[in-house]
Amino acid sequence: MKDEITREERVGNLKGMGCSRKRVEDARFTQGKGNYVDDIKLDGMLFGDFVRSPYAHARVVSVDKSAALEVPGVLAVLTAEDLAPLGLHWMPTLAGDKQMVLADGKVLFQGQEVAFVVAEDRYAAADGIEAVLVEYEELAVLVDPHEALKSDVVLREDLVAADGSIPDGAHGPRKHPNHIFTWEAGDREPTEEVLDNADVVVEESMYYHRTHPCPLETCGCVASMDKVNGKLTLWGTFQAPHAIRTVVSLISGIEEHNIRVISPDIGGGFGNKVGAYAGYVCSVVASIVTGKPVKWVEDRMDNLMTTAFARDYHMTGKISATKEGKITALKCSVIADHGGFDACADPTKFPAGFMNICTGSYDIPTAFLEVDGVYTNKAPGGVSYRCSFRVTEAVYLIERMIEVLAIELNMDAAELRRINFIKKEQFPYQAALGWEYDSGDYHTAWDKALKAVDYDGLRAEQTQRVEDFKAGKTRKLMGIGLSFFTEIVGAGPVKNCDILGLGMFDSCEIRIHPTGSAIARLGTISQGQGHATTFAQILASEIGLPADSITIEEGDTDTAPYGLGTYGSRSTPVAGAATAMAGRKIRAKAQMIAAYLLEVHDNDVEFDVDRFVVKGAPEQFKTMKEIAFAAYNQAIPGIEPGLEAVSYYDPPNMTYPFGAYVCVMDIDVDTGVTEIRRFYALDDCGTRINPMIIEGQVHGGLTEALAVALGQEIAYDDMGNVKTGTLMDFFLPTAWEVPNYETDFTVTPSPHHPIGAKGVGESPHVGGVPCFSNAVQDAFRPFGNRHTNMPHDHWRIWQTANKLGLHD
Amino acid sequence: MIPAAFEYYRPKDMAGVLSILEEHGDDARVMAGGHSLIPMMKLRMANVPHLIDLQDVGGMSDITIGAERIEIGAMVTQHDIIGNAALTAAAPILREAALQISDPQVRYMGTVGGNIANGDPGNDMPGLMQCLDATFSVFGADGTRNIAARDFYEAAYVTAREDDEVLTHVTIPMPNGGFAYEKQKRKIGDYATAAAAVQITKEGGRCTSASVAMTNLSDTPVFSTAAGGSLVGTMVDDAALKAAVAAMLGDIDPTEDNRGPVAFKNHVAGIILRRAIERAWSRA
Amino acid sequence: MSHKKHVTLSVNGKTEEFLAEPRELLIYTLRERLNITGPHIGCETSHCGACTVTIDGKSVKSCTMFAVQAEGSEITTIEGIGGPDNLHPLQTAFKEHHGLQCGYCTPGMITRATKLLEEIPNPSEEEIRFGMAGNLCRCTGYQNIVKSIQAAATEINAAREAAE
Repeated sequence: MKDEITREERVGNLKGMGCSRKRVEDARFTQGKGNYVDDIKLDGMLFGDFVRSPYAHARVVSVDKSAALEVPGVLAVLTAEDLAPLGLHWMPTLAGDKQMVLADGKVLFQGQEVAFVVAEDRYAAADGIEAVLVEYEELAVLVDPHEALKSDVVLREDLVAADGSIPDGAHGPRKHPNHIFTWEAGDREPTEEVLDNADVVVEESMYYHRTHPCPLETCGCVASMDKVNGKLTLWGTFQAPHAIRTVVSLISGIEEHNIRVISPDIGGGFGNKVGAYAGYVCSVVASIVTGKPVKWVEDRMDNLMTTAFARDYHMTGKISATKEGKITALKCSVIADHGGFDACADPTKFPAGFMNICTGSYDIPTAFLEVDGVYTNKAPGGVSYRCSFRVTEAVYLIERMIEVLAIELNMDAAELRRINFIKKEQFPYQAALGWEYDSGDYHTAWDKALKAVDYDGLRAEQTQRVEDFKAGKTRKLMGIGLSFFTEIVGAGPVKNCDILGLGMFDSCEIRIHPTGSAIARLGTISQGQGHATTFAQILASEIGLPADSITIEEGDTDTAPYGLGTYGSRSTPVAGAATAMAGRKIRAKAQMIAAYLLEVHDNDVEFDVDRFVVKGAPEQFKTMKEIAFAAYNQAIPGIEPGLEAVSYYDPPNMTYPFGAYVCVMDIDVDTGVTEIRRFYALDDCGTRINPMIIEGQVHGGLTEALAVALGQEIAYDDMGNVKTGTLMDFFLPTAWEVPNYETDFTVTPSPHHPIGAKGVGESPHVGGVPCFSNAVQDAFRPFGNRHTNMPHDHWRIWQTANKLGLHD
Repeated sequence: MIPAAFEYYRPKDMAGVLSILEEHGDDARVMAGGHSLIPMMKLRMANVPHLIDLQDVGGMSDITIGAERIEIGAMVTQHDIIGNAALTAAAPILREAALQISDPQVRYMGTVGGNIANGDPGNDMPGLMQCLDATFSVFGADGTRNIAARDFYEAAYVTAREDDEVLTHVTIPMPNGGFAYEKQKRKIGDYATAAAAVQITKEGGRCTSASVAMTNLSDTPVFSTAAGGSLVGTMVDDAALKAAVAAMLGDIDPTEDNRGPVAFKNHVAGIILRRAIERAWSRA
Repeated sequence: MSHKKHVTLSVNGKTEEFLAEPRELLIYTLRERLNITGPHIGCETSHCGACTVTIDGKSVKSCTMFAVQAEGSEITTIEGIGGPDNLHPLQTAFKEHHGLQCGYCTPGMITRATKLLEEIPNPSEEEIRFGMAGNLCRCTGYQNIVKSIQAAATEINAAREAAE
């Protein structure tokens, strides 16, 4: 039969790559039928929750459970003593350190878990917690990492030998009891040589403050030990369910095939839900001990005060250039505050993550980075909050240093960037600190961005505003924030990226059903990124079945192939690649089946959208649907029945999305209030799978950037008390505080990725924070500001204005 | 998140309320909208063994606009304030302030009485009521007492209301002239970094009366007689504004917190007051 | 010791009767007693709005109310706003305009939006942002939520006009 439908219509029907396919997830979420951890109810389910330390540093002298055990409904109160015989009172962290599950002799941060109360319901658990009597002996508190490196106060007594010597840590020698590691990248001597002899050199210290991913759903789990069959099922807010299964197996002694980890719907992750928390371990133990399911879901205060924070990097940058503005060297020194335990979620060889991307988008011939990790009396961590490992810190550093250098050179900061961008023909580009950037065309993107916002017009307007301000006609300054970032995502090549020894590949397993629909399972897990929608689009284009006929499943370790999970941007580069590769295996077998059905040689057919056609005779074809049935129906010599494939993808490199952002901001110098007048974001994420979803990711990432830059912090006082532990003080913007964003794009495919895609979820956050910050800094530049630390909340902006004499 | 256990009462009249208060003393508290008390109970920062829900006690949900005064029942919500056209015509500052309290959901439940009686220095109604020279009526075993808003607040969470008295309504002398409620906050829904309530009258280009009250700049609202006084008789020019700000600064006593240091708060208080006066004056 | 109270509520059109401790928060009544898990918990200080329901015509954060307080009231949650056979225009619009990502804020967001559109049938963007300021979202940056609500308003108003 001749086909009535055009090729274009056939492509459209697939809803494959490049179309703004509406999300399949939305049906359940808009009808209140999502399935999140706290929705899970099992027969006989118990509740567990923690007694937490009010002190940041104290000895735990005694824990009296007796009154708590009298509370009706309370079944058990677990302490470190109860977990010790199982070897579970401590657990390994993802950074090669170990962390107390329950306080073992002392506590190291406010809110640290001291005891786990298990009860029949939430009410009894809450009452039980109040009834546990803990006697503490307060110890001196260290909240400043610089102080900690000099202090006689030892935080980690477990890491000091009996004779007082300091054994090596997981990353090498340690120079002080409160020191964790020193990590270096690049060449110290040549870099310092250039810096010392440069025509122009500037140094600036900057603090990237401690903040927190704060997803709307807090962390939690339900642990259910089936004693009859010896199987443990663990539902939880896990961004990396397979890794959790392996870790739980290693620490509990239960073999992996007897552990099933399920990540159901997750209400946002942003890095907060990557690591293992005491609540997971205690729930598992409690379930094993009681033989009943145990649920633990933390409160928001628990989440903010004790789960993995982000950032807390004290950075000093030193940059040199010729008088014409060509950068010649960069040095960066960092003191990294990890809190009481190094629970950073980094690949094992990178204790400071990918901080060594700090040469940014610029062609810098020589560079050196040194990072010292330090223990303090704060919550352990840190994680990468909507960024690749430590990349927000790296990009902030370089995007600030370029502004500071522009001030020193008395140059326009946009022009200074342009002079120093890596050129298109230099890709793949070997950066001075080790990474090979895959592709980029920075100049095109920058020109497009600056034109779109009429950059020259903005500068002219700003100049007028400065005059008006000095003449007393206005009290509002205008800032133009610039940011050109290069992200490094898609961790990562197994040869240098592993977490706890697990290589950072990812996977996809596809099975085609006889009647032409399919199911694909991946080692990643969406927390809102829309994988069920977008990965079906990748497959639709690869295998020619409609996306609407493809179910995407993630998160159940019994069925999903092994993967390292989803943080913020690695899924498309790694699992997306695995999906494409598995799709190509399907297509390769489909080709053979088609050739058999059409009675021609394998090489005489070619793939066309949704079918295989005979070359030169397109009226002879077999659709993928027909081929699917044939796979189950025909006995084809040399070909097994069925149609399925699996791919484990070890990426040859990271991918390098980039972007150009411009922010126009007006600042009231008397009140410190900022208004974002305009925000333009151009993102290049390579091949674009679903433009609607990309735009949503950009909106979301920019809003989290706005929050971090303009006020969102985890602040401590001198006693280690958390000052911003509730949503009253931890700044989450409402719809009122957030502007409309203008989004734009260029497309520079990744040459090594099967579909050329780079990932986009993290980019707006990575590039957004320096953009908002630079807008503030830029507003005050005409009055002498070089750098002022974030967050730029009202009082700090006011203070900057005050120090510059703008209130006189 | 889970409060301690408590006994719950829902009396039908004030006599019922009072008898529970009398029986349980300190251990009993009344609740209106619950949006100040319940969050404190959930954090176990407020211990209320006996909770008396006022929602079935009648006679406290009306807004009555007379010739010379306005009466607002304690159970009237912020949402009711915002939606009452007659009230807005008579005392527009109330709506302007109510719109700046918290968020839509909280405004549906939060009551005028709760906001006034709580004694939290961050609440907006106390300062506003002082600006308006309102009188609070509290009902106890000995009947009704009327207490001037300007005399009501003693310290944070400490007011002139006795534990066994219930705030039943607020009486506001009919305001006139220009009005403004100006509030700086870290984000919508937050308590004030600094807020100013101003009522001001003008005759022949000169200020004939001015009432100024400041919020969240001390452990109680601050009615600044001096600031209001410094505007009277002037044309509310730059000098007068500066004088009003200086006078006000002498009356407030802000403390440092997450919103910022003292110097910042003092400065912002001055800016906010200045803007409030200017806006009120333009409407006078 | 605290005495349980007999409570009668109407939830999504169905009458529910039970005995509850006074301290039982309405959000837990819905989620645990009645298995209505659309409304979610995102904080314990009444800031996030994920628990928003409609009670007797008011948008209310159900985490800040005891079940006993709600005695005799009519409660609507997201489950009562629309389902697979009768989607509300807001539910359709949120999907059409990508007004959600992780979905956690969505039940509260849509529930509040239904009330907002009753308060202001044709809201401006500013009125939408102000009227939705009691509902936090971490994923979308709100821009597409505003678009979704605007689209739903258009559809609802057109249907109303067509009916007249």
